Amino acid sequence: MLLPLWGPHLGGGCVQPGQVAGPQRVEIHKLRQGENLILGFSIGGGIDQDPSQNPFSEDKTDKGIYVTRVSEGGPAEIAGLQIGDKIMQVNGWDMTMVTHDQARKRLTKRSEEVVRLLVTRQSLQKAVQQSMLS
Amino acid sequence: ERNRERHKSPRNKDGRGSEKSVTIQAPTGEPLLANDSARTEEAQDDNWGETTTAITGTSEHSISQEDIARISKDMEDSVGLDCRRYLGLTVAAVLGLLVFLTPIAFILLPPILWRDELEPCSTICEGLFISVAFKLLILLIGTWALFFRKQRADMPRIFVFRALLLVLIFLFVVSYWLFYGVRILDSRDRNYQGIVQYAVSLVDALLFIHYLAVVLLELRQLQPMFTLQVVRSADGESRFYSLGHLSCPSSTVLSPKGPSNNATGQSRAMIAAAARRRDSSHNELYYEEAEHERRVKKRRARLVVAVEEAFIHIQRLQAEEQQKAPGEVMDPREAAQAIFPSMARALQKYLRTTRQQNSHSMESILQHLAFCITHSMTPKAFLERYLSAGPTLQYDRERWLSTQWRLVSDEAVTNGLRDGLVFVLKCLDFSLVINVKKIPFIMLSEEFIDPKSHKFVLRLQSETSV
Repeated sequence: MLLPLWGPHLGGGCVQPGQVAGPQRVEIHKLRQGENLILGFSIGGGIDQDPSQNPFSEDKTDKGIYVTRVSEGGPAEIAGLQIGDKIMQVNGWDMTMVTHDQARKRLTKRSEEVVRLLVTRQSLQKAVQQSMLS
Repeated sequence: ERNRERHKSPRNKDGRGSEKSVTIQAPTGEPLLANDSARTEEAQDDNWGETTTAITGTSEHSISQEDIARISKDMEDSVGLDCRRYLGLTVAAVLGLLVFLTPIAFILLPPILWRDELEPCSTICEGLFISVAFKLLILLIGTWALFFRKQRADMPRIFVFRALLLVLIFLFVVSYWLFYGVRILDSRDRNYQGIVQYAVSLVDALLFIHYLAVVLLELRQLQPMFTLQVVRSADGESRFYSLGHLSCPSSTVLSPKGPSNNATGQSRAMIAAAARRRDSSHNELYYEEAEHERRVKKRRARLVVAVEEAFIHIQRLQAEEQQKAPGEVMDPREAAQAIFPSMARALQKYLRTTRQQNSHSMESILQHLAFCITHSMTPKAFLERYLSAGPTLQYDRERWLSTQWRLVSDEAVTNGLRDGLVFVLKCLDFSLVINVKKIPFIMLSEEFIDPKSHKFVLRLQSETSV
């Protein structure tokens, strides 16, 4: 049975890969820096981008949005986001079939201070596959 | 070898003898004639041609006076080999003369021997006379152009194709004579036109043999099939030459257009440097070479400036002006002598730094300067000969230590060139190692690209920080 996990992961907790199955829910509280609200990570990918250059995807035709960098000590790292995660949803909005710019806009809405992401990890995907096979 | 054994012991004594004397003369290795001229030059001008290095002891690599005498004696002995070259020439000449006179004999013999029984010569027959005459003339000119050329070198063995052609011609002419003798002379054939036609057919066949000779001896070698890599043993400098189908000896004549480039001076310098280097490390070698480079460049700059300033003073007089100041008018040689002192020191230093001082005597430099002045050359054109290394032929006759080369190979010399063949050309001072490589067979195929098929798409890969 796949159990989705709720709730934030505060205190610098890093989720151990392979221990939980299924997509992760990550809640990031944006940090205010001057005029901007930053999340502390970088994204790559999109339906208007070249999917074969994505180093994190297993399927090289996957045009989804991936986390390419997580800045140290930033809100994303605190919330438990990891590099290589694929972002499926942001606050309920789908991110699997968006352009790069649309993804950026969805993440950086000035009116929202908290974003809830639905992410999957490769290690998780592998664990799910293995558990399905066995 | 016996000669060499006998000369070894006195040579050692000579070596020790030269240790004592501080010899101010050009380093040994030049033929005796040039040695004399060097000494007389020193009497005129102390500064020029002096070397302050003392030659301390002879080793296997240097050649003492006795060796020079022995080598020149050897070269005189080899005059006997020239007879072989002339023998081949005489055989070919005799055969050629015989071949040339044969058709004329064919035509002239019947009227001489049995004029009364012979049919009179009709118009066609006389037309054939003209044809024979012109074809013989063409054959004569063609043979002269093809065969009577100055040989550039004396090869050790016979040319296969030339020998083949000579044999072919000989057999051919002999068979024609046999037929003529048996069927025409003995039976006293009356049909003069037939005889003349027979002579014409002989001349035609000779022309075809000449064509065969052109194809075998000349055309076949034109298309490049092989590349020769010539490596000089003294310093490893290598050149590439393209050749067609040739035999080993022919290829050697064509290739060493630039074999020795003051190789004597360089090889001796190499040995001296190697002796010094044995004790130094690689670091010192690097600094030594860098320092040498710097010195050469500095001296070169000084030389260029000095020569340019010297050339400014020379002005060519127009024809009208020549009557104006007869006292100051000079011919090229005098003009050269006038401006030479201002650049002599810089030139001498540069030549010594680049170890070229043996290749250029003062006389040769003055001659070259007069030559450049005569033809209104720029200073750069004058200096080109000393700044850049050129082929050996530009140096004087005396600088050629030998025109005798030996071909050393472990395969039969008369074979044609083939891929992977290696042979060595040796002369007194150094040797050239020649590596034959076949030019690869290129398979060229055609591919057509539609100009409209050039289409492009933009592939982005952006990364955005949020």
